[in-house]
Amino acid sequence: MGYPNDRRYTKDHEWLVLKGDVATVGITDYAQHELGDVVFVELPKTGAQVAAGKSFGTVESVKAVSEIYAPASGEVVEVNAGLHDTPEKINTDPHGDAWLIRIKMSNPADANSLMDAAAYEAYISEKAKEAAH
Amino acid sequence: MNERIKKASRHTNQSEGLIFEKSSPGKRAFELPPLDVPDVDAAKALGTYHRKDGVDGFPEVSEIEVIRHFTRLSTWNYAIDLGMYPLGSCTMKYNPRVNEFVARLEGIATEHPYQPQALSQGCLKILRLLEKCLLEITGMDAITLQPAAGAQGELTGLLLIRAHLEKQGNPRKKVLIPDSAHGTNPATAVIAGYEVENIKSESRGQVDVEKLREQVTEDVAALMITNPSTLGIFEQRIPEIAEILHTKGALLYMDGANMNALTGITRPGDLGVDVMHLNLHKTFSTPHGGGGPGAGPVAMKKILEPYRPVPILVEKDGGRLALETVRPNSIGRVKAFVGNFGVLLRALAYILAYGPGVRQATEDAVLNANYIRKRLEGVYDLPFSLPSMHEVVFSDAVQKKNGVNTMDIAKRLIDYGFHPYTTAFPLIVPGALMIEPTESESREECDLFIDAMRSIAEEAAKTPDVVKTAPHTTRIGRLNETVAARKPVLRWKPATSKSEAAD
Amino acid sequence: MRYLPKSLAERNEMLAAVGVKSIDELFSSIPEKYRLKQPLKLPGPMSESEVIQYFKERAGENAGGYTSFLGAGVYNHLRSVVTDAIIQRGEFLTSYTPYQAEIAQGTLQAIFEFQTLMCQLTGQEVANASMYDGSTATTEAVLMAERLTGRRRVLVARSVHPEYREVLNTYAKNSGLHIEEIGYAAEGSIDKKFLHASLKDDVAAVVVQSPNFFGVIEPVADLAAPTHASGAKLVVAIAEAISLGLLRPPAEADIVAMEAQSFGLPPSYGGPFAGVVASRDEYVRQMPGRLAGETTDSNGHRGFVLTLATREQHIRRERATSNICTNQALCALAATVHLTLLGKEGLREMAQQNLAKAQYALSQLEKIPGVQRKFSGAFFNEFAVELPRSVKMVNAALLRDKIVGPLALGTSYPELTKHALVCVTETTNKAEIDRFAAALRNTLEQPL
Repeated sequence: MGYPNDRRYTKDHEWLVLKGDVATVGITDYAQHELGDVVFVELPKTGAQVAAGKSFGTVESVKAVSEIYAPASGEVVEVNAGLHDTPEKINTDPHGDAWLIRIKMSNPADANSLMDAAAYEAYISEKAKEAAH
Repeated sequence: MNERIKKASRHTNQSEGLIFEKSSPGKRAFELPPLDVPDVDAAKALGTYHRKDGVDGFPEVSEIEVIRHFTRLSTWNYAIDLGMYPLGSCTMKYNPRVNEFVARLEGIATEHPYQPQALSQGCLKILRLLEKCLLEITGMDAITLQPAAGAQGELTGLLLIRAHLEKQGNPRKKVLIPDSAHGTNPATAVIAGYEVENIKSESRGQVDVEKLREQVTEDVAALMITNPSTLGIFEQRIPEIAEILHTKGALLYMDGANMNALTGITRPGDLGVDVMHLNLHKTFSTPHGGGGPGAGPVAMKKILEPYRPVPILVEKDGGRLALETVRPNSIGRVKAFVGNFGVLLRALAYILAYGPGVRQATEDAVLNANYIRKRLEGVYDLPFSLPSMHEVVFSDAVQKKNGVNTMDIAKRLIDYGFHPYTTAFPLIVPGALMIEPTESESREECDLFIDAMRSIAEEAAKTPDVVKTAPHTTRIGRLNETVAARKPVLRWKPATSKSEAAD
Repeated sequence: MRYLPKSLAERNEMLAAVGVKSIDELFSSIPEKYRLKQPLKLPGPMSESEVIQYFKERAGENAGGYTSFLGAGVYNHLRSVVTDAIIQRGEFLTSYTPYQAEIAQGTLQAIFEFQTLMCQLTGQEVANASMYDGSTATTEAVLMAERLTGRRRVLVARSVHPEYREVLNTYAKNSGLHIEEIGYAAEGSIDKKFLHASLKDDVAAVVVQSPNFFGVIEPVADLAAPTHASGAKLVVAIAEAISLGLLRPPAEADIVAMEAQSFGLPPSYGGPFAGVVASRDEYVRQMPGRLAGETTDSNGHRGFVLTLATREQHIRRERATSNICTNQALCALAATVHLTLLGKEGLREMAQQNLAKAQYALSQLEKIPGVQRKFSGAFFNEFAVELPRSVKMVNAALLRDKIVGPLALGTSYPELTKHALVCVTETTNKAEIDRFAAALRNTLEQPL
């Protein structure tokens, strides 16, 4: 799976797609692969405030729990409720159907400080090299 | 399968459904003597509270069906009575049968915690003697037998620390916990109202004393240390660690899960530990029973004694024992009644059987672990090379090169007739194999284990797939844990269990 | 020593294989000055018969031969010998926590059956594999309600077992929970007026016990609506589980915290027992304790595994739903076997006998001048009586007749110094009840 050019990426393996001032957020293919089979996702309620770099939820596999960090600050305007019954979508379609939340960004320009697809791909291939040593 | 290895045997196969699937209306397995007082109309006596019909779906089977059902289930279990559990930090030692016998004596099993204390002197003497023995073993000044297990003991210990610091004016905010600690440590610290701050281990796997010096501030209430550590290595600088904490007014809590390496050899109290818990279901042979019950007594230095949970066992004139509940500084109760009395008395029976010779058990445990270490060094990667005590931690680094990880090796060990060792813990060793044989293993059993592990290492190198897809000889293969977590089915319901029992 | 399977020769060979001359070398990592030079001062060593002798002597110093009318959270019930025959099997007694599911299906299936039985009994949708006991199960249920509501205020009925309330207070102090007690009304059940007045939108849980400490049945169905209207959770504790054989289960409760001791566990001076937390499916991820779930292997065969482990300490560490690790597995197994033996009809019949014998005892006691029942609410197998003389003196006299009399309520309830709690189960026969009534009458007739 490639990393689409229409979005930005974080070091914690989240992606963000901006439309106007609303950002759709999810986790990357790399992240779902590291996690293994996803069994549960814990997401905030609409109206909740999220802060850049702070955890807003968790993704669970059978044997591990991972925090999900907000790529930007803002208010949660929509939550992907379908993931409650079909968390496996995160494994099969992490960049599309398994978006997690939509945030009305406090400052849409913040998205520009995140990595683009090329930078993210370079970042994860560095990580892969480190792991092999 | 390597034919040289004698121990492996096929797992028992038997088909057995759920007890609810065998029920048939009207059958029963237990009869009561006839009612010898006038019967009452339950509907009249209870009104709207009356449950007219029996519990819906409850089993209805005969006595022989109950015996067969549970006997068959039991044959699917591995157990200490069958062979070694090399589980690190679990101390799966022999559960002496005399302990079971004395726990069931008329006059022991039958006693009510609220009966007059004058009629409970036998029970109270058992508790008092156990207290004395555990104080002698730990080198501490006072003890509570109330906590029901290690985790509850940890909570009690931290609450004692909090009460002591509160009395001095400031309970403080943080507890330091090594990154190699058991999960109950941080979980407990949070319940006790503290923040958890991790302290990294240094390159040899020990608590980093220099980092500790920096991290112990006046905000730190305590360090929770496990000694020997979860790597099975003695924390050599523990007296220094205690000193650093004490200088800053903090205390040293010791997780006593690994006491099987220390009993009769050294005493935590002498090393500077202020408070610690013991796991009676580990070091003191009380049976695991598939996950419990246990007991987690907490031993402490004098400074913490005033805060002990009530009731307190005291000796009165003439040697009479009493339980006292009026203690203004007590942290309160952590559990109803006096503790898991049935477990406590089994631990006393164990201690009485050994007497001062309990040191021999510790020596044998440490000898077994070192013997296994010596014969598997070079076959498995040994990440930390300091001397091992009662357990040794390898890693799967060598086998990983062929795609075989610690979980696979553990599952393959089942085919050789053993229960797996502890996988993937402690967290500071990626791909850990944590092995603790205990003193209950004979040389023969140790050799069989070593042979099995060596054979698996060979398989990992030459035929890795047989390891990766293990176990092959159990009545059930690797179970789908993903489905179990995504769509939990946590009880039987009529006509919903679609899958069939294994043959 | 009989528990150690090594001969001296074997030890020496192993030392040689390790490459050391003596066992002391293997302890060299312990600083010299802290290594013990003398053996520990411990009693023993004892042979098997000496160990038995020690405990037989202790058994002789307890309450053997006395008839007891004590309940108050620990109940004498009939237990079949079949239960011990099963739980003493080495494969159950000496097995480990079933983390390796392929070789622990016996334990796991039994846990699944236990969870099912607990749901059937309590009317709840999901139950865990056990907590330490009723007191800690109640505490964990309250902490669960706190997590579910995000609120800190807890309303607890005074008629909940005093020791359960003490344990809750110990845990609450450090978690920022604010516990308030709600008194009882003349019937002996919770003061509903006071409860309604106290229910605001800052309450996490309302906690009652049914039957309560006084033996009175709480109107759980009536409490649910106002509790839920304020957004709080209804927690129902059950100390006498046999009552569920005849009483409607607390299906309206959000969380049930039960003590399973009555299901085949001997009193054993207070433990080990087995607590259970049962609740609704939608709350399962906030439940503490282990859970066994059904699944299949790669061949489609049914099997069971510990599941939803991400709630627990070994994965979630400081964010776990509880710090519990070791639970009361073997006790839960004993309860499972016991309930399977009793079965649908046996449980109902046992409960019926309790009801009948308690009613009979009350009728006999109330014939004694000056003795009357304190509360008016419906009861199961326990009731409080008012005595015209000091409870302490009465019980001292009863002891001389080898009767352990009812529990004095004054220690825990200062307003009830003249009252005592009588418990009668199916194990007390009519002759003993009559003897108790006669002895009590006799004592009360003595000139002061």
